Amino acid sequence: MAVAEIKTATPPTGLSEFWFYFSRNKGAVIGLVLFVVILFVAIFAGFVAPHSPSIQNREVLLLPPVWAEGGRWSYFLGTDPVGRDILSRLIYGARFSLFIGLVVVSISVVSGVLVGLIAGYFRGRVDMIIMRVMDIILAFPSLLLALVLVAVLGPGLLNAMIAISLVNLPHFVRLTRAAVMAERSKDYVVASKVAGAGTLRLMFLTILPNCLAPLIVQATLAFSAAILDAAALGFLGMGAQPPTPEWGTMLAEAREFIQRAWWVVTFPGLAILVTVLAINLMGDGLRDALDPKLKRS
Amino acid sequence: MLRFILGRLAVLIPTFIGVSIIAFSFIRLLPGDPVMLMSGERVMSPERHAQLMADLGLDRPVYIQYFDYLVNLLQGDFGSSIVTKRAVLGDFLQLFPATLELSLCAILLAIFLGVPAGVLAAVKRGTWLDQTIMGSALVGYSMPIFWWGLLLIIFFSGYLGWTPVSGRISLMYFFPQVTGFMLIDSLISGQAGAFKSAVSYLILPTIVLATIPLAVIARQTRSAMLEVLGEDYVRTARSKGLSPFRVIGVHALRNALIPVVTTIGLQVGVLLAGAILTETIFSWPGIGKWMVDSVFKRDYAVVQGGLMLIAAMIMVVNLTVDLLYGLINPRIRH
Amino acid sequence: MKKLSTLLAATALVGMMAGTAWSKTFVYCSEASPEGFDPGLYTGGQTFDAAAHTVYNRLVEFKRGTTEIEPALAESWEISADGKEYTFKLRPGVKFQTTEYFTPTRELNADDVIFSFERQYKTDNAWNKYVPGASWEYFSGMGLPDVLDKIEKVDDLTVKITLKRPEAPLLANLGMPFISIVSKEYADKLAADGKMELMNQQPLGTGPFTFVAYQPDAAIRYKANPDYWGGKQKIDDLVFAITTDAAVRAQKLKAGECHLMSYPNAADVAELKADPNLNVSEQAGLNVAYLAYNTLVAPFDKVEVRKALNMAINRQAIVDAVFQGAATVAKNPIPPTMWSYNDAVEDDKYDPEAAKKMLEEAGVKDLKMKIWAMPVARPYMLNARRAAELMQADLAKIGVTVEIVSYEWAEYLKLSSAKDRDGAAILGWTGDNGDPDNFLDTLLGCDAVGGNNRAQWCNKEFDDLVTKAKETSDIAERTKLYEQAQVVFKKEAPWNTLDHSLAVVPMSKKVSGFVQSPLGDFVFEGVDIAE
Repeated sequence: MAVAEIKTATPPTGLSEFWFYFSRNKGAVIGLVLFVVILFVAIFAGFVAPHSPSIQNREVLLLPPVWAEGGRWSYFLGTDPVGRDILSRLIYGARFSLFIGLVVVSISVVSGVLVGLIAGYFRGRVDMIIMRVMDIILAFPSLLLALVLVAVLGPGLLNAMIAISLVNLPHFVRLTRAAVMAERSKDYVVASKVAGAGTLRLMFLTILPNCLAPLIVQATLAFSAAILDAAALGFLGMGAQPPTPEWGTMLAEAREFIQRAWWVVTFPGLAILVTVLAINLMGDGLRDALDPKLKRS
Repeated sequence: MLRFILGRLAVLIPTFIGVSIIAFSFIRLLPGDPVMLMSGERVMSPERHAQLMADLGLDRPVYIQYFDYLVNLLQGDFGSSIVTKRAVLGDFLQLFPATLELSLCAILLAIFLGVPAGVLAAVKRGTWLDQTIMGSALVGYSMPIFWWGLLLIIFFSGYLGWTPVSGRISLMYFFPQVTGFMLIDSLISGQAGAFKSAVSYLILPTIVLATIPLAVIARQTRSAMLEVLGEDYVRTARSKGLSPFRVIGVHALRNALIPVVTTIGLQVGVLLAGAILTETIFSWPGIGKWMVDSVFKRDYAVVQGGLMLIAAMIMVVNLTVDLLYGLINPRIRH
Repeated sequence: MKKLSTLLAATALVGMMAGTAWSKTFVYCSEASPEGFDPGLYTGGQTFDAAAHTVYNRLVEFKRGTTEIEPALAESWEISADGKEYTFKLRPGVKFQTTEYFTPTRELNADDVIFSFERQYKTDNAWNKYVPGASWEYFSGMGLPDVLDKIEKVDDLTVKITLKRPEAPLLANLGMPFISIVSKEYADKLAADGKMELMNQQPLGTGPFTFVAYQPDAAIRYKANPDYWGGKQKIDDLVFAITTDAAVRAQKLKAGECHLMSYPNAADVAELKADPNLNVSEQAGLNVAYLAYNTLVAPFDKVEVRKALNMAINRQAIVDAVFQGAATVAKNPIPPTMWSYNDAVEDDKYDPEAAKKMLEEAGVKDLKMKIWAMPVARPYMLNARRAAELMQADLAKIGVTVEIVSYEWAEYLKLSSAKDRDGAAILGWTGDNGDPDNFLDTLLGCDAVGGNNRAQWCNKEFDDLVTKAKETSDIAERTKLYEQAQVVFKKEAPWNTLDHSLAVVPMSKKVSGFVQSPLGDFVFEGVDIAE
């Protein structure tokens, strides 16, 4: 079986091989470390954050960060216009961003793979209809479609996640379908078919595991894109609603202070950038480790 | 070839109908109705409400409304704004040049910086230069551009005072709109300083909008170059003693550019999505800002018409890219 | 940052000098694009600023800075004894503007006035539907179709309006932007050319400024009308620089790129006030925000319960948190800048202890209620959600459990009118014409139950007072009636009156002659800038 897998250009046989290629990419390791730190901070936000993200201290409105003149150690990155600690809000915000990424990727991967499998396996009319629907979704700029969808569903984090999942869907459908079509005629599939394997078994147990590599890479990309899109929606006022400490929403609220308090604008954006960058770095490493074509070059 | 084109067009028609159904349904899926919003806090009498619904044609069965809508679309009538009562198509045509100008500048910037950067990174593979370029490209690719725009404003407009904050040209200059491209119109107007002013307003939005395509193009160019540099004919050319510049510039780059061109074509949707954010930050009077404003004003007639127009545009661009690609590369015609 | 803005100002100035020679140009940083240029079709304040107060005039207008009516295109008027006939004498010799797109051949006459009215309500008038979806929102919103019997030409300079019933607020309605007087000659020309839609794109009126050009979402340009009946303006050009972001407007004002701005962020006001080059003018806006109980539903049908809840809510805290000081706590349903405002009315004191006791005495225990919070920011209430959260906390202190609910805006407007609405709704009102009737009868009259009367409150005593005031033309008499009505209102407490927001207008010190309008309009007639 192992021989067949290498031949058909699919995931490496063992974790160790995977790690060998992944760790060769220094960027990927940095990304992984960063990601683990962010994940840790998000999970243990309650212990890590020095303050509550929602407590307003009216004594310290728009306090600058500690290294600037007038900054205080107790508010390391300064405070926002209503006296909330920016660092604490960013820490709690990490929860939202990672949660958004996770939910969006789960929804779009599960439904995308399912639909893609159906399209690629059954072909014919089903395939045609599915692909047309995907074309339709792809005919709109993703952010615009998400924006309008959220406007229809009502602004909020949940609806933003649904909208982003939907605009992400076609990528997974297309990818799965292409992979399934490539695998479908291969010997091992034909062999299982001849051996009497049922449709479901063929789809999920025989074909799917062999299409996983590109899906994992795409899922990483979708994860970071989801964080960016959700932040963009928040920034446009259509994502998470204040006072949720979602980073994009924080930026939107901070916009009016752009002239007076650079820190309320700078840090939420920096948090988005670092998180997205970490995930993208990992994504690059994953691609190197999982894509044998690039592996050898 | 004709069959190929016809085939693509045949696929386009059901997509177009699907797009029109989606654009049409949005307005019907909304809670409340557009007429309620017209009067705000002032409550309307039920008779007047019914009258206005009838005026807007919203009281008829949905399928008839859709059919009318489709017929109107085919006649080039994309509806009228509920708020301004102006024709959606007219507004679109008036605002589109601003978006086009910004997008063209951005994509040109992305190409002129991204392709050389990618080539350089590929040729100097593994060096600090490669790592710096690719590192920056990944940062650019991960950039929340709405934040990036704000940072640039804080620094260049606020701190240094070099560039203006928003708009397309200083209010001092006023000349008729000939082409809709401020750079060209300002030159035509012959007013001293107008062109310079237009450029200064364009710089920051261009940088912001170009960031992601630039990163994508640089990465794509690098990997395409690496692939081509490994091919036999390049090795042959090298072994024949051709100058490295010639090998890279003529043989390798030309072949590497084919996937890059496709990538550039695919950036249209990305650019429009970026334009939504960029135009909002810089108050750039283009279609991105127009759509966002309409969503917020709940002017769903504009949202519906605008979605339709933008989707149609993207479909046409994708088709063109497809056809061009088919021309360059006959293999994929089948 | 201070240094930067000086730098910015310097660069802007250099740019100014390097540019083409500029005549005296006044630049106003406005908050939104006008919806169009025919004021009758729209309801947005930015549209009225851009069209009605620049290009057009009305028969009567509001005296600058007040809500009093003064003669404009009508030099004088007479009201018949039964209050049903209004005869207007038009000002002779009023010229329409001469523009690149139209040169008038005659002066204003009765035909123009009649045309301006008839196009808004006669469905057989060709102009009634000249743009798709034309709906003349204000004309019907102010109830004119119900009140207006006919409008006739007596002679070239005399117009008679006949009403179906006496309606004292009519004069105030006629001062409103929607009933601006347009040129029939221009309209006829456009109709003949088959270009009727240009009425909404290239306006032509009798006002102080002539329309030059509109660059969508960017700028509107006007020049002073040399033939203006009120005399040529001191400034030569007027530019509306459309800048939707309030922070950017403030920055442009500080950089000297505009002379005056609308609607600053509450957060920026302190800094704008501190700027030595700026003046900041403030005035109470013509609005009110309220929490309307549903007086048809128990236990809110009891005055004591409503009073107790009113006393339990700390409105000053709401004003501080939501407006950062840019509002005042309201005690009457009408704002203090309005005539007949009754300052003698005693406000409910914030007193949770007394409130708790009162609730107990009324026999209400473990009260659970809903508070409706609007999903959008309005001038009178910038953040209803935040206000509702504060109310929730206050009411918890007297043992009332509050659930906050919200709906999409159009839904909210509709559902909040329902007679069986569950809960108290936050909403507000921005005055249209400065007449107390526009608040008291419109929002609290018996006819408005199930509609604008979100408290569903029908009180005979109150209703008689405001109905009587509506039918009386004598202002002194009306003032007395409205003052009494406010006393009844406070005693019965159908609302908790929350706040009147403050209109803040920052402008350059060079600007003179700008008078803030209590109606919230931006009127540039009479402004000047020092060189």
